[in-house]
Amino acid sequence: MYRYDEFDRDLVTQRAKQFARQVQRRLAGEMTEEQFLPLRLKNGLYLQLHAYMLRINVPYGVLSSVQLRKLAHIARTYDKDYGHWTTRQNMQFNWIKLEDMPEILLELASVEMHGIQSSGNCIRNITADEYAGVAADEVEDPRVWCEILRQWSSLHPEFSYLPRKFKIAVTGSAHDRAAVKVHDIGLRLHRNAAGEPGFEVFVGGGLGRTPFVGQSIRGFLPTEHVLSYCEAILRVYNQLGRRDNKYKARIKILVHEMGLDEFGKRVEEEWQRIRDGALALPEAEVARILACFAPPAYETLPDACPELEAKVAEDAAFATWVRHQLASHKQPGYAIVNVSCTPIGRPPGDVSSAQMDALADLADEFNFGELRVTHNQNVVLTDVRKQDLYALWQALVTNGLATPNHALISDTICCPGLDYCSLANARSIPLAEKLSSRFADQARQEEIGEIYVNMSGCINACGHHHVGNIGIVGVDKKNSELYQLMLGGNAEEDASLGKILGPGFDEDGIVDAIERVVDAYLKIRKDGERFIETYRRVGADPFKEAAYSGTAQGG
Amino acid sequence: MALLKAGKLVDDAWVHVSGDDALPADGPVIVPLARWQADSEALLGRGAPVGVLLRSNEPPESIADDLGQLALVALDFPEFKDGRAYSSARVLRERHGFSGELRAVGDVDLEHLHFMHRCGFDAFEIDSDDPERDWQIAESDLTVWYQPTADGRPTAIQRRHG
Repeated sequence: MYRYDEFDRDLVTQRAKQFARQVQRRLAGEMTEEQFLPLRLKNGLYLQLHAYMLRINVPYGVLSSVQLRKLAHIARTYDKDYGHWTTRQNMQFNWIKLEDMPEILLELASVEMHGIQSSGNCIRNITADEYAGVAADEVEDPRVWCEILRQWSSLHPEFSYLPRKFKIAVTGSAHDRAAVKVHDIGLRLHRNAAGEPGFEVFVGGGLGRTPFVGQSIRGFLPTEHVLSYCEAILRVYNQLGRRDNKYKARIKILVHEMGLDEFGKRVEEEWQRIRDGALALPEAEVARILACFAPPAYETLPDACPELEAKVAEDAAFATWVRHQLASHKQPGYAIVNVSCTPIGRPPGDVSSAQMDALADLADEFNFGELRVTHNQNVVLTDVRKQDLYALWQALVTNGLATPNHALISDTICCPGLDYCSLANARSIPLAEKLSSRFADQARQEEIGEIYVNMSGCINACGHHHVGNIGIVGVDKKNSELYQLMLGGNAEEDASLGKILGPGFDEDGIVDAIERVVDAYLKIRKDGERFIETYRRVGADPFKEAAYSGTAQGG
Repeated sequence: MALLKAGKLVDDAWVHVSGDDALPADGPVIVPLARWQADSEALLGRGAPVGVLLRSNEPPESIADDLGQLALVALDFPEFKDGRAYSSARVLRERHGFSGELRAVGDVDLEHLHFMHRCGFDAFEIDSDDPERDWQIAESDLTVWYQPTADGRPTAIQRRHG
């Protein structure tokens, strides 16, 4: 992974001290809360319902065991002994005291971590495919470009007071695990006819109140121009994005109102002026960063692993976990392991300090000391020898991290909801718990197969409900919590937005309705069809009928 | 309002003349864009330097052809959250090569001075008890910069690769 050099280290330490100074100014009354607000947001500190929340960047989801132990330490020392993985591959602590912040930031800086720009109207943590560098279907490793973008976007003097937040995601595989089409800028690495690497650039995607799928603004951008092209997009957005209404301030609205052609023309004009200027990347810098992502010291192994096959044959629980949690690795004899942090009946993405320490130890023992955080609020161990899988699984079982539900119905994405968030209309965590409990039966989950259920406690869509195959959004109707059901969303390369099915449900009603929708799917699917494929084939009607059957709105 | 330049409080020779107000008999003036566009001959005919104030919704292109006649451009921050003038400043400096005074006016605070400076501002109308102390603090927080801008500070990449 990327390791800080003296410059990166100095910057993060200086930034931590700067924030300590800003906290002092605030406490001394030299700044109003209004003035202080964007400064604390830009350091990841967000005021929620009950306390301050601190969001710590995990750049493009890559984390070392040393860093994870530090997060465990912070959870234990300054919070309530747990943390929460977010959909931007970050870690969030929900019970932080303002006066502890300077110390926490210095602790984080000591392990090359920070909360810089994890909130606020600026460029947020760059996200990436969690299988970057190891996926069997990868064209190019996105991490080097993520790191280059991370540095360029950090404390950018021109883009720190944007109209609204700005999110960039990068994928390097044909199968998009980074949801690049629902980002302000999405970058897809591919190769042109000459075999050179470049990006297809998507712009104007996003969720929130007014969701859009991003549009392709450039089919092929040579990799060395990535910074100047992003700077051109950001400059046009910073100058022309709406500032009169925060709900219309994202770049998606600008692109939508201006039209992709006109927006693209302005970006092109700006880019032509700056493309060969100071942002051109020296080859030596690309090479320096690339070296940080050299493959670990893999052993030469046969791909088939008799020990693994023997354990699979003799231990049914292990066999189930193997069937669901592994992905193909490009290196023979190795596997990518998905570790579920979304156990049945528990809040999606929560991990205790003890679990963090355990994961850090397992990363050291089996995974070259590294981990990945996913936008689905889980963890990935990218480089596990197949012969080690059984021992790893046993340890995960001991620590409550072996739920075999990857991409199954209980592996939901979920925002913090009304339990924590001052924006929410409804609770989302208890609903996620209820839903996964309803579908707890493993055989039933397996029969249903791959399906993504995403839920948000309000229309701001932090739980990405628009791109869940099944999406749930909490709304406030006459002071009672109500949930609307959406179907047909998808965040992958063929991204689509879900559509609301009809009138909302209460908390028990929505779980019943989902169950009826899923049962209808099982009846009408053709062999091997995933839920999203069936939905696209037959449309909403059969599901609508099922969802409302037996209710006041249905027959 | 104090004027901060190169870290020092200085006397401000410039006078803001708004809308239809009468021009002073002599001395440099800063006028809104509309006044400049309506009255540039009369303004230049005074024989004193002229500056233009751009509101945050007025793009720098609106004075691009006039920059040779302007000694100063003031860019307004109606509230600090409105970051358009950061882009305007870079466009004026880096695209149009403007070398006159680039002045930040409006909601200007210690916490914004550094990024403004990096984007090309070299004068600041700031409401503060001690602007020189503010400047020292703002300029000493950081010694590492990732982005190349017209202020010419060496970036981390340049320092890494000599």
